[in-house]
Amino acid sequence: MTAYLKLDHIDKIFTRGAATTEVLKDINLTIEKGQYVSIIGHSGCGKSTLLNIIAGLTTATTGGVLLENREVNSPGPDRAVVFQNHSLLPWLTVYENVRLGVDKVFAKTKTKAERDAWVMHNLNLVQMAHARDKRPNEISGGMKQRVGIARALAMEPKVLLLDEPFGALDALTRAHLQDSVMALHQKLGNTILMITHDVDEAVLLSDRIVMMTNGPSARIGEVLEVPLARPRKRLELATNTTYLKCRQRVLEFLYERHRFVEAA
Amino acid sequence: MNMPATKIEVETATPAAVAAPVVAMTPRRPPRSEAYARMARETAVRVIPPLVVIALLTLIWELVCRRAGSALPPPSKVFKDTKELILDPFFDHGGIDKGLFWHLSASLQRVALGYSLSAIAGIALGVLVGQSVWAMRGLDPLFQVLRTIPPLAWLPLSLAAFRDGQPSAIFVIFITSIWPIIINTAVGIRNIPQDYRNVAAVVQLNPLEFFSKIMIPAAAPYIFTGLRIGIGLSWLAIVAAEMLIGGVGIGFFIWDAWNSSHISEIILALFYVGIVGFVLDRLIAGLGKIVTRGTATS
Repeated sequence: MTAYLKLDHIDKIFTRGAATTEVLKDINLTIEKGQYVSIIGHSGCGKSTLLNIIAGLTTATTGGVLLENREVNSPGPDRAVVFQNHSLLPWLTVYENVRLGVDKVFAKTKTKAERDAWVMHNLNLVQMAHARDKRPNEISGGMKQRVGIARALAMEPKVLLLDEPFGALDALTRAHLQDSVMALHQKLGNTILMITHDVDEAVLLSDRIVMMTNGPSARIGEVLEVPLARPRKRLELATNTTYLKCRQRVLEFLYERHRFVEAA
Repeated sequence: MNMPATKIEVETATPAAVAAPVVAMTPRRPPRSEAYARMARETAVRVIPPLVVIALLTLIWELVCRRAGSALPPPSKVFKDTKELILDPFFDHGGIDKGLFWHLSASLQRVALGYSLSAIAGIALGVLVGQSVWAMRGLDPLFQVLRTIPPLAWLPLSLAAFRDGQPSAIFVIFITSIWPIIINTAVGIRNIPQDYRNVAAVVQLNPLEFFSKIMIPAAAPYIFTGLRIGIGLSWLAIVAAEMLIGGVGIGFFIWDAWNSSHISEIILALFYVGIVGFVLDRLIAGLGKIVTRGTATS
């Protein structure tokens, strides 16, 4: 197994005054190139903290993140993030939001015309080219998230980080967008790491599902391989025994062995 | 239930289809005249109530001040006394004997200069205080004390420092209007959502790009709140300051009219001061609306 992205013994301790909270304990994970990996766990287990550490937005207390055998500890376009609440800049148009990242990443390697074409290419990938001159408040939640994905893809990241990308969407839009992400993964072969708390979403999209125990001191409880052939079809999987078994396995982990304890 | 409904639809649809070529234009016209009527109605709803109130107040004023021995002139007398000033605001007889246009324009020039300086310095200081915790800890207490000093209290000090009326008046405008600009800008900078900072970090914007592409647009609604309060305070301060420094300007015009017991001229000048202040406020508000489109509704 060739390690592309490697999380090496990551601990994270938050200190507020005299009080310290250990959020993550000894997280080890290896992700291969082109894999789609989901991290699932109850809310408050430190999934988002883990994603922020990989993105470089927060630093691990001990341990580190290796991308292609090089340590990364500050944010950068090689680990582009699709944020939960889209985080588009409201004063820029759809096009300008994507262009912002493209202009920085390809400042030296692409001409102006090439960057323009590259922005439009990525908007086409997520079927948002028609809204290029709209502002974020003029498009729907699902469309905003599409633009967020286009912005991340346009930076040509080595790893695409998705932070509960479909969490704020209604069920129908979510399904539609999941299919889009699957198609993009199929087409572009990106390495994707997704945070989620939706079991169906995790099984449908992932090659591997990383299940986290409850915090404090959350660790990786179990890693499940999902041996389903791609391309996957939502409707066919509904009766597929492998799919149902995987789903069952994740549900058991989350609701039997590591049940969420309110305000523990 | 369904059958009769379908039937009715078919019945109404058929004659419409037959008559369509004949009445093609008619459906378009009524909406248009209706739109005009609606616009007129909306305008009337906004314009008529203040007009009625103004007419009533003028009437009461007229009735109260009409009697012989009344201290203030009634509106009819104000108009009669100031007719020349109203009709010819552009005369220039040298010295301070000028039309109202020249007085207002002199005041506005001082405001323009002092306010521009305070906008630049205020936004810069506001960004500093909003961005740096240490700058805030050091400067904020100072700002909180200084901002409570009344505008005119600065005038003697600035006269002592500049030894001239013109720069002193500009300084008073500057020092009066800068505080709300600093404070609002700082609040705006501090309230930039973490999401936007994360986006900037992932894209790796440098500090200068972060300032121009994230900070200023994100804080723009707050900055414009400060700018709007600032322009109002500037206009308040200039009239008072000009009363003391003399020369051409609407403030000194009022003071001069008082010294010559031309009460009607004072009333006319007050009217103009109010209108200009209102226009300045609308101007900044309008500019803010254009600049911050999109930002406020995030």
